[in-house]
Amino acid sequence: MLELDAVTAGYDRRAPVFRAASLTLAPGESVGLLGPSGCGKSTLARVAALLHRPDAGRVTVDGEPVRGWRHRAPRRLRTAIGVVFQQPRLSADPRLTLHDLIAEPLRATGRRTEAPERVAALAAATGLTGDLLTRRPHEVSDGQLQRACLARALVLRPRWLVCDEMTAMLDASTTAALVAAVEEYRAEHGAGLLAVGHDRVLLERWCDRTVEWAGCAEPGT
Amino acid sequence: MKPDTVKPDAATSDAVRPGAVAPVLSVRELSVRFRMRGGRHIAAVTGASFDLAAGECLALVGESGCGKSVLASALLGLLPGNAQTAGSAVIEGTGGTDAVDLLTASERTLARTVRGRRIGLIPQSPAAHLTPVRTIRAQLAETLRALDRTPRSALPAAVTAAADRAAFPTGLLDRYPHELSGGLAQRAATALALVGDAPLLLADEPTTGLDRDLVHRTADELRRHTDDGRALLTITHDLAAAERIADRVAVMYAGRIVELTDAAAFFGAPGPRHPYARGLLAALPERDFRPIPGLPPELGDLPTGCAFAPRCPRATDRCATAPDFADGVACHHAEEPARA
Ligand SMILES: Nc1ncnc2c1ncn2[C@@H]1O[C@H](COP(=O)(O)OP(=O)(O)OP(=O)(O)O)[C@@H](O)[C@H]1O
Ligand code: SF4
Ligand SMILES: [Mg+2]
Repeated sequence: MLELDAVTAGYDRRAPVFRAASLTLAPGESVGLLGPSGCGKSTLARVAALLHRPDAGRVTVDGEPVRGWRHRAPRRLRTAIGVVFQQPRLSADPRLTLHDLIAEPLRATGRRTEAPERVAALAAATGLTGDLLTRRPHEVSDGQLQRACLARALVLRPRWLVCDEMTAMLDASTTAALVAAVEEYRAEHGAGLLAVGHDRVLLERWCDRTVEWAGCAEPGT
Repeated sequence: MKPDTVKPDAATSDAVRPGAVAPVLSVRELSVRFRMRGGRHIAAVTGASFDLAAGECLALVGESGCGKSVLASALLGLLPGNAQTAGSAVIEGTGGTDAVDLLTASERTLARTVRGRRIGLIPQSPAAHLTPVRTIRAQLAETLRALDRTPRSALPAAVTAAADRAAFPTGLLDRYPHELSGGLAQRAATALALVGDAPLLLADEPTTGLDRDLVHRTADELRRHTDDGRALLTITHDLAAAERIADRVAVMYAGRIVELTDAAAFFGAPGPRHPYARGLLAALPERDFRPIPGLPPELGDLPTGCAFAPRCPRATDRCATAPDFADGVACHHAEEPARA
């Protein structure tokens, strides 16, 4: 289970972006969270991915309450959750080749020997062909870079995947291809998914169920 | 010496001409190539031709990296130094101004008389386009003074009116760009683009990152500015936004316009005629939600034949030769046009 219980979060304790957000994902379940621009979806996604410390409330991952965030989160929790953001250019180290970008979490966790086999498998799964893996982010398109960011999110075989508007910058065909890659991974590994966004048609087609922002959180101020 | 102005091209072709109105923008055989290290070339745009009239919206759609934004940069004279252009892109003369070929005009002409005044740009990443250290109010006021010569006493009201036109909440005018969500930054950038009252608006991904309601509002707003008599070229990967706003659609693949057609026929019946365009529409979550297999080709290494052939369900031996653009489509085996 991935549980958010009465979470309040934001960038200024006196004026949180949202209050009392609660959401529970069953193992292997895919949930689409729908909300308007600026409501705080991305902030909530970062909390769920253990990347943003909430001001109040509890987050529990497979029964374990989360006590540290970002680099203070225990490795076993950090590696249980993969995350993909809306803008691949903001989340990809421009100095790394796509191969090294995908392998980065393996290196960071001392498992670099797995890199050749994992990167090859994920490149195939996400449709990265030819010499793309040898290029750096500025030498590939947004769609190609987002494929690599998805591969990176899957490289440690997470039990949970958080996708914050993963396809908002992408064309219809690349969107369908990335969603298919996520679903293939989930079918194989039984991973759960929190997909955050505002495209109702997309999330209703993609996820087991969708949740409205208004029914899950209260506005901050 | 490069000429600053040229005569509008008298010859127009039926394939690119919608009606009888004189075009605001006339693009002919526009190509852009980037010179890379080691003598390599990237063919970002090849042979693009289209006309755009006042009161009309053309949506340029296609996959990420297909050359859409390069085409827009070429029209604005904002290509990097290693770019080479061919063809022409003429913006008509209005109210005593001369026609200008955007590809050959000097930077001085473009900066002084074109950008902001004759072409309003609604940029792809508004947050990056806005000046980070100045509030939205200050940026609108500065643009109003520069382009409209609004007197100081009239500025407060003019700023509010400019914000209103793009549905930017006047209560947030004193915010800095980084304090705005994606949708609000988009509206601030749109408000700035509308200030100069340019006859041609160029919107690069104007709805990216916005929620559906905002996409609709932005699209409707842009449509309203078009109906007011502006010409609008909108570049987008968002087919739903294109459907809502466009009169005509140009589909780009691997740097070429492969289909140019009426929006109603494209999104409704009989649908697109080019196999790539059909695949792109079918990939929508409200349709088949099935991706086109494979990836677009590298623009530095295009095949000699049709660039879509490796992914095309209809490809035959004939497709080893590049198809010409004729009758609104570039394909050897296009769907039959609708019968009258
Ligand atoms: N680093 C930051 N500092 C201050 N305010 C911020 C910061 N990041 C986001 N905000 C504000 O927090 C609010 C919620 O932002 P968030 O990015 O979570 O919205 P969103 O729902 O993802 O919106 P969109 O769909 O427009 O991307 C917005 O008002 C935004 O301006
Ligand atoms: S020319 Fe041939 S390969 Fe190209 S789109 Fe048409 S049928 Fe397909
Ligand atoms: Mg967001």
